[in-house]
Amino acid sequence: MANSEKFWRFALYGALLFAAAYYLLPLYVMLTTSVKSVEEIRAGNLLSMPMAVTFDAWSKAWSTACTGVSCNGLSGYFWNSVQMVIPAVAISTMLGAINGYVLSKWRFRGSEIVFAMILFGVFMPFQVLLLPMAQTLGMFGMANTTAGLVFVHVVCGTASTTLFFRNYYVGIPDELIKAARLDGAGFWRIFWRIILPMSTPIIMVTLIWQFTQIWNDFLFGVVFASGDAQPITVGLNNLANTSTSVKEYNVDMAAALIAALPTILVYVFAGKYFVRGLTAGAVKG
Amino acid sequence: MSTPNAHYGFAERWLPRLVLAPSFLLTLVFLYGFIAWNGYLSFTNSRLLPNYEWAGLVQYATLFENERWWVAVRNLGIFAVLFIGGAMAIGITLAILLDQKVRGEGAIRTLYLYPMALSFVVTGTAWKWMLNPGLGLEKLMHDWGFTSFTFDWLVNSEMSIYTVVIAGLWQSSGFVMALFLAGLRGVDDSIIKAAQIDGATLPRIYWKIILPALRPVVFSTLMILSHIAIKSFDLVMALTGGGPGFSSDLPATFMYSMAFTRGQTGLGAASAMMMLATVAAIVVPYLYSELRKDSHG
Repeated sequence: MANSEKFWRFALYGALLFAAAYYLLPLYVMLTTSVKSVEEIRAGNLLSMPMAVTFDAWSKAWSTACTGVSCNGLSGYFWNSVQMVIPAVAISTMLGAINGYVLSKWRFRGSEIVFAMILFGVFMPFQVLLLPMAQTLGMFGMANTTAGLVFVHVVCGTASTTLFFRNYYVGIPDELIKAARLDGAGFWRIFWRIILPMSTPIIMVTLIWQFTQIWNDFLFGVVFASGDAQPITVGLNNLANTSTSVKEYNVDMAAALIAALPTILVYVFAGKYFVRGLTAGAVKG
Repeated sequence: MSTPNAHYGFAERWLPRLVLAPSFLLTLVFLYGFIAWNGYLSFTNSRLLPNYEWAGLVQYATLFENERWWVAVRNLGIFAVLFIGGAMAIGITLAILLDQKVRGEGAIRTLYLYPMALSFVVTGTAWKWMLNPGLGLEKLMHDWGFTSFTFDWLVNSEMSIYTVVIAGLWQSSGFVMALFLAGLRGVDDSIIKAAQIDGATLPRIYWKIILPALRPVVFSTLMILSHIAIKSFDLVMALTGGGPGFSSDLPATFMYSMAFTRGQTGLGAASAMMMLATVAAIVVPYLYSELRKDSHG
């Protein structure tokens, strides 16, 4: 009996470690490939350890690799993404907090319908927006600008942020609000003094969720931005698909890691909130 | 709290609506208004430039006669079934394994979930390198002595869509694991204890008690995965670019290339409407039941 118990524990850990290896493998391959030279890639294989570590591919990916016609690396795209993601995340989070507050604590006739209408925005395929949005951005001179991308991300992101905050605020007891109102606190005072100070966890979740979504977006970036305003995902895709005589997989992998670095860092340092965000949208309560 | 008391002033009663108004207007104009606009475009003869002359169902007729569209639809079918089925199977299995009071659970969970933090473009770029025939997996197998091993799915138009499944599963299965693990932790321990006392084996307990209790999680996960599948765009663009030819196209990449690279605006709009109809058919009943559940407490 004890032996079969031991065997099952052994098998269990074996299976779990095997799965861990499967998830880690691409990261290992990306990292090792990015510090190999092209000759070494040709000589070795996917799993072979780098013999002479070199960061040439990294500096090339950052500043001189060709993405289509221009050869300035990913640095410009990276900063475009930074300039896009900060205002887009901040604005959509603020709107979400206020909407969630109203939709949970200040319901009025028809507010459920408003909520349902906003909620559909979480699920709708954005393909139906692309053509009209391209026209509209063009009309307002916002085509191919970072401001245009920020606007699109705010429009499309507010649905999820509203959902997050609304579901979180539903869990705050109404009695708290009632008591505050008896004390004469109004709409804004309750928000600033009571609701917001209790919101740290959901604000973290929303910030991380939105940051990941917007940083990783490719569809809006490739459709609404050209040249100077393209985000990092588009830059990476251009770089990896630019045909050169010798395919430099080490530069591709360094570029992929540069594009992934900000969200990986967020995941490492705030993973708890990241997981909560993933599950909060899906499993309610 | 649903009805503000009468002794609250005018401002207090209208403030909530006023505060919600900007988001409501954004939603109304830029989601619903644009759906209508795109819908109208799909009934016009728009090519490179939109034109607003009504043309009836011409674009839909063209779409349904377009071989490339049906390749995309068929690919979506293959991708959705394998991606959703595979992610569910891997996710549930790993969640159950991790639920056995495992040492270092936190660290293992972190490893399973990190792909979800990456963008599909990064995932696509990485797998494109690993799956490339020549230097990738194929060379590795040759180095290990399996010299007859060939793996050319990435450049094989019969198999290219399956490489999208492989990369998609790697990216999303850990996320399903997290959803199910959260669900498993919510199952009442006392029921499980009672079943154990009755002599039920562990597999039986999972099959008969725990998994049925997770029905809502299964349902939400199915929703999310099918939604990811229908929207899939970045992964295909980065991994295969829809190729070889258009053999790994999905509706989302079809729409993009018609609307933005081939100057077939009307056709692109029509394909987008078909995507919307598919999503709506899945999501609207789900949202309806969720919201009803909500208002009944």
